[in-house]
Amino acid sequence: MEANTRDTGRLPAAFLTPGSSSFMDFLGDHSPDLLPGKRSLPPLQGAVEAPHGTTIVAVTFPGGVVLAGDRRATMGNMIAQRDIEKVFPADEYSAVGIAGTAGLAVEMVKLFQLELEHFEKVEGAQLSLEGKANRLSTMIRSNLAMAMQGLAVVPVFAGYDVDRGKGRIFSYDVTGGRSEETGYASTGSGSVFARGAMKKLYRDDLTQEQATTLVVQALYDAADEDSATGGPDVARKIYPIVTVITEDGFRRLSDDEMAAIARAVLEHRLEQPDGPRAALL
Amino acid sequence: MSTPFYVSPQQAMADRAEYARKGIARGRSLVVLQYADGIVFVGENPSRALHKFSEIYDRIGFAAAGKYNEYENLRIGGVRYADLRGYTYDRDDVTARGLANVYAQTLGTIFSSAGEKPYEVELVVAEVGATPDGDQIYRLPHDGSIVDEHGSVAVGGSSEQISSYLDQRHREGMTLAEALKLAVQALSRDTNGGEREIPAERLEVAVLDRTRPQQRKFSRIVGARLARLLSEEGAPTAPSDTPDDEGPKGAGSATTEDDA
Repeated sequence: MEANTRDTGRLPAAFLTPGSSSFMDFLGDHSPDLLPGKRSLPPLQGAVEAPHGTTIVAVTFPGGVVLAGDRRATMGNMIAQRDIEKVFPADEYSAVGIAGTAGLAVEMVKLFQLELEHFEKVEGAQLSLEGKANRLSTMIRSNLAMAMQGLAVVPVFAGYDVDRGKGRIFSYDVTGGRSEETGYASTGSGSVFARGAMKKLYRDDLTQEQATTLVVQALYDAADEDSATGGPDVARKIYPIVTVITEDGFRRLSDDEMAAIARAVLEHRLEQPDGPRAALL
Repeated sequence: MSTPFYVSPQQAMADRAEYARKGIARGRSLVVLQYADGIVFVGENPSRALHKFSEIYDRIGFAAAGKYNEYENLRIGGVRYADLRGYTYDRDDVTARGLANVYAQTLGTIFSSAGEKPYEVELVVAEVGATPDGDQIYRLPHDGSIVDEHGSVAVGGSSEQISSYLDQRHREGMTLAEALKLAVQALSRDTNGGEREIPAERLEVAVLDRTRPQQRKFSRIVGARLARLLSEEGAPTAPSDTPDDEGPKGAGSATTEDDA
């Protein structure tokens, strides 16, 4: 009776088996070929040429967290795309920004979003922020074989912890190792420069407006030093993607809001090309 | 060794249908109504945790009457079906019609397979469209048939009586508060014609709201918002309360199946 269930149009047994609330576990049981981690790459020489996304930055402020990314994707010395989107809402109270192989990263985010949504629908409750961060960890780890071939994906996960009432940031390494960051974090090729900028500009009493300006400054500094990171493109009206997560949930700043912030930053950089100066002592 | 008695196929099916119907009739009824901005689900449910209504996908909601473990199983199956389909193709490719078909096949196969006991459930699958014309409501009785409904539908215990009450009073373009009140009136009527009060905390209410900015249109209405909607004064267009008011106004229910 079971053997022929697919032909009757009836839901296959795997769909009706009680058990896991995880969509990835279900995929693994029902159609493992759809799981990204189950794919193997043929042995090849050297790195695979594919578009790579670059810099992501995150900053907490009292009452929330800001996650932002530049818009450039590069392939070798080429600019593969100048308006790529690398920051996505994961669910209502969290977001994920990705650096690394763009194609794999976008697929990972799609599956991650679905994993959280699926859990929420099946259980009728959201995963804890830690739980979400751990799921992402597992997904990165399943991509390890690809990462060894140069197709790494390294995200930053940021969210508002409803239980603790504050914004939190988690950063990852290529093996899925996860660490919670205090204050600020960055990933991607320009992350070193962005991190330096944030280190000097960050304070723990930032307002939301100051935090959004801070991430644009950090991305500007990254773009200044790293050829793979794109700065604000005023001519084409392409600005970094900046998202804010607070008690009220996820919000992406509109193009108009971004234009205002980017112009203000550019205005000051015309006077001081290296940006705001921190006190010496 | 005992010789099995001969039971005619007609009799066997009638027995199974009777069994399923009795099981469904034990549960409380619930109603699903179209209103101006979407579709509202209303039911009496003393439990806060065991829901009768749930979200399946962006625009698709699920309602069930009958045996909890059986419809919960079907609900999770539906969520898995919808999520897998949306992941393989696109979010727009998940439709209530497709889901209703899968449910119908599943219920039908179980109903007619001698090895399994029939499911004692009756489902409603609803999808909210961009405009009221795009709304779809499907009722799925225990035997695997599909009934395409318009306007309002009731399932569970005294569904026939409630449906006819709703058919007479439901109009197109009702506000949420009006639709909600009509639903509560319909649910409060006893089988013997009397009325009883259903307190707000025993109501489970959910909507598929097409005006919601989020991609996911399903939301539950609880607490203060529910109390506010229930106490909202009926607009001048409130439905007339005379019980013997014949003549359907506007949207009536489509082909309702006879359970005679």
